[in-house]
Amino acid sequence: MKFNTRKSLRAVVFSVGTSASLLAAVAAQAKDTVELGFIGPLTGGVSSMGLGGRNSAELAVQLRNADPNSKYHYELVALDDECKPNVGVQVATKLATDRKVVGTIAHYCSAVAMGTVDVYHRFGLPMTVWGAVLPDITYGNDYPEITRVNGTMINQNEKAASVMTGLGYKTFAIIHDTTDYGKGHNTYLTQFLTEGGASVVGAFGVTADQQDFTAELTQVKALNPDVVVYAGLTPGGVRVRQQMEKLGIEAVFEGVSGIKSDAFFEGLGGELAEGTMTFLEGAPAEKLPGGAYFLKEYEAAGFDSPPEAYGPFAFAAMDLLIDAVEASGPDRKAIVEYMGGVKEHASITGPITFDDHGQNTVALITAYVAQDGKWVVWEDSEYASGARKLVAPK
Amino acid sequence: MDFGLIAQYLANGILLGTMYALVAVGFTLFFGVLDVIKFSHGDVLMLGTFIGFTAWLGLEAVGVTNPWLQLAGVLLCSLAGTALIGAAIANWLILPLKRAPQLNTLLITLMLGTAIREAVRLFYPNGSNPKAFPALLPDASVEIGSFALRADSVILVVSGLALIGALNLVINRTRLGLAIRAVAQDEETARTMGINYTLVVLATFAIGSGVAAFAGIMNGLYYNEINFGMGLILGLIGFSAAIVGGLGNLYGAILGGFLFAGLQVVGSALLPFASAYKDVFAFAVVIALMAWKPTGLIPERSSDRV
Repeated sequence: MKFNTRKSLRAVVFSVGTSASLLAAVAAQAKDTVELGFIGPLTGGVSSMGLGGRNSAELAVQLRNADPNSKYHYELVALDDECKPNVGVQVATKLATDRKVVGTIAHYCSAVAMGTVDVYHRFGLPMTVWGAVLPDITYGNDYPEITRVNGTMINQNEKAASVMTGLGYKTFAIIHDTTDYGKGHNTYLTQFLTEGGASVVGAFGVTADQQDFTAELTQVKALNPDVVVYAGLTPGGVRVRQQMEKLGIEAVFEGVSGIKSDAFFEGLGGELAEGTMTFLEGAPAEKLPGGAYFLKEYEAAGFDSPPEAYGPFAFAAMDLLIDAVEASGPDRKAIVEYMGGVKEHASITGPITFDDHGQNTVALITAYVAQDGKWVVWEDSEYASGARKLVAPK
Repeated sequence: MDFGLIAQYLANGILLGTMYALVAVGFTLFFGVLDVIKFSHGDVLMLGTFIGFTAWLGLEAVGVTNPWLQLAGVLLCSLAGTALIGAAIANWLILPLKRAPQLNTLLITLMLGTAIREAVRLFYPNGSNPKAFPALLPDASVEIGSFALRADSVILVVSGLALIGALNLVINRTRLGLAIRAVAQDEETARTMGINYTLVVLATFAIGSGVAAFAGIMNGLYYNEINFGMGLILGLIGFSAAIVGGLGNLYGAILGGFLFAGLQVVGSALLPFASAYKDVFAFAVVIALMAWKPTGLIPERSSDRV
């Protein structure tokens, strides 16, 4: 008898267990699946940025799917724009024509975003930029579909000019790639430097994939500036810094947000990178309002590459997009409308408020310096404390 | 413009010119022997550089850290590997198409180049990212006024020029060179004189590809960075240099290489517009030169070929 009781008890436990798991399965099925897009450079020279962004977006999706209160089950469709405008337009079109995709976050490369915004507008697909910083992406059009969580290069260069002139540097030579990104940085940096009383002694347009900069740098050497600026992305920055050394140019090397990646140190080795200055919107992940949470979850998710500089923005953009779906349903028009009214929306990068062009109004910019193979916030660095010295102004 | 600056431009130009000449020599050798244009040349160069890079990684892994030993290992693996690849391409892709229209050879090598490039991009670990090529040469430098002369640049130029010189000796002073020249002049007669035609062709492709691999390693050592797309522009420049110098003529290729480098330097240093246009300028001048001298600056003597 006793034996029998135990047997029936086991049967009860078994059947309860089975029905519970069945129920859970039914519950999961009851949630409609919503597809959301991610576009960024997943291969090519700046792929580290793209992979960091994709992982961060993936993390936002995973965390929301794990939340029992979410109304939908989310799936990420990640596409590679290779940081090339022509490829970007192709994948953007692919995503925009897929009616199952209700919204996307996209683009690290400004030149690509400039090419694709028309596509999103034409197909009415809401797109939030997670990395590209060219002002014209939001300010150059009136498309309600386009929004951006990160700041623009206007804020970035204003800060860059004030920090560098504040340190006593007076003469600058700018090498910029001739994409919209490099040209934009050149324009704004020149403007703010001139306003700050410094002078730009030479500006050189170069192609984005140029290998040899010795001709430009030879001219730079003759101009003997305090600071050599490279306005472009990491691969070019690595080459310019390397070739400055080969030509024996003694000057501070300053980059733009495009070179702030761990790949900069991989390509260059710690010694040459030392003392490189750069500027980036927002603050380091650990100093952001939700940074500790983000980094802990990112670590726990076990991605094989770091979130890089724009990972937190990609996370915030994806999280915002999911909030939009939760609030107004998986419908492109409704999401666009929702985005138009985003104000003081909580995110790990701080509150998001879109202006009438869909631009987040954050003006927080942080200065970084390369110290011992890492990007260190300028104020916390040994260069700011005086323990180490940048190349002195001439 | 002061002396230091001019010297710096000159040094840059000579280094680039040596690199271009080494690539152009391959094009001109292949054309001389088989009358074919091998468009995969630049990508074979890139493959050779990646072989050298992999050899370096291997040497690091087994604990060989002496830079000279590493350099020897890198050069040996890269040159030998690329020479083999060059001979293999000739044997299985180019020789079988000998009776087909020349356009087919051009197309098949063009496609091969793309296949090689994409294969490295997709299958080499992290192949789409640039790789930091090690600086194996001493980086001491002498400052003469505002001109920094670096030991590694000097070594690169000297060894590049020495290789071109050696190649010239091989072509003009050895039995192999004699055979190559004989085949270039008249295949049928060369065969009847007992020259092993296939062997000569394979040797020529091995030599041309090995020289290109050297240019690739040189490129890596100079810029300390290599990437899967590096062969594309180097191949194009090498090809233009060979054409403008006179396809089929060794001296023409060397002249063309230095001419192109000179144009690039002039384009970025002396002309008033943005230096981004230096390649536009260089290629435009090459177009003008070709219109002026369609057979190249040093044309192959027609008696050589009939």
